[in-house]
Amino acid sequence: MTEVSTGSTTADAGSTTGGADILAIAREQVLERGVPLDESQILEVLRTGDDVLPDLLALAHEVRMKWCGPEVEVEGIVSIKTGGCPEDCHFCSQSGQFTSPVRSVWLNVPELVKAAEQTAATGASEFCIVAAVRGPDERLMTQMREGVKAIKEAVDIEVAASLGMLSQDQVDDLVDMGVHRYNHNLEAARSYFPQVVTTHSWEERWDTCLMVRESGMELCCGCLVGMGETVEQRAELAAQLGELQPDEVPLNFLNPRPGTPFGDLPLMESSEALRTIAAFRLALPRTILRYAGGRELTLGDLGTRDGLLGGINAVIVGNYLTTLGRDPSEDLALLADLKMPIKALSSSL
Amino acid sequence: MSGAVTYCGHCGGPLDAGSHDACAERLRMEPPRFCTRCHRRMVVQVTPTSWTAQCVEHGETSSP
Repeated sequence: MTEVSTGSTTADAGSTTGGADILAIAREQVLERGVPLDESQILEVLRTGDDVLPDLLALAHEVRMKWCGPEVEVEGIVSIKTGGCPEDCHFCSQSGQFTSPVRSVWLNVPELVKAAEQTAATGASEFCIVAAVRGPDERLMTQMREGVKAIKEAVDIEVAASLGMLSQDQVDDLVDMGVHRYNHNLEAARSYFPQVVTTHSWEERWDTCLMVRESGMELCCGCLVGMGETVEQRAELAAQLGELQPDEVPLNFLNPRPGTPFGDLPLMESSEALRTIAAFRLALPRTILRYAGGRELTLGDLGTRDGLLGGINAVIVGNYLTTLGRDPSEDLALLADLKMPIKALSSSL
Repeated sequence: MSGAVTYCGHCGGPLDAGSHDACAERLRMEPPRFCTRCHRRMVVQVTPTSWTAQCVEHGETSSP
């Protein structure tokens, strides 16, 4: 285990030092038997102090290696429809309800194929097409149908989608298009969700996730931490994700966006972010746990490395939807340095 | 896009009014949202390895 680049602050007012007991329990329960931590156990992990963080990360890494293996899944994402969203997700610069500087724009099919080619050139096996919408209308579904077909004809890559809440007919259409994974995040714990979004409910998100899971598509369902939730709510969220059993959990860290209601919130402490990564790994031992937005600001280069040695086994490379990421070559060099092979396309087909 | 840079590409404010050091730092990880010549909001498209920003008056700028 490398030296952990933590700050000296504790995670929350509720943080305590110590935590050897819960680590011993997690070692026997999660590492040896593959049984996820329950909500109260996750909370205990989240309340451990910085003094045990290196041991916690080392354990989470062992769990990831035993139950997932050394491979790292690499993905690129692109926004097919940016801005002008009718929803009011308080963290999002693409809501049309806030005074964000982000303007609406659509990506056409040739541009979509080019973005998929850019992603494939990094060695990624996944390309996710994302739209800032409540749910897809016919125009978007038509664009998706044409875009996915064109990508499959031109680029050797798996296509995923994230288009908001779906009807059963839309789920079926995406399956027919050959979309193999669908992303729809819970974003926050059920108890905190009304503080984050008021234009739709947590239950509506849950229902879409259930439809996707039943469809044959893989379910990608993640969250955003650092939005002012308590550690209790963070534990609740991890447990709810565990109940949903998604194939993948993308873990975003709040990047406060100008003009949004959460625009003035502070960045999450890096030690708290790393503790969250480890706790989520212990709650989801067999799930793909992906670095998503905000990691560059929250963790920096050293923290990114620590997270990959603390439970993370997938990354989004390159840019995000409206912000920029690290140069893909930097992430790929880091994976090579850590001797973590990139998951090949063939192994996900 | 060429011409005198008068406004901040991050916040859209005049460059001669106050410090824009924090904005410059943010622009390392974000594309510009405002035209630096007229401070109009630009139409920005981010892709996995590049970005473009279009001002209706002053044309397109793009990632290096």
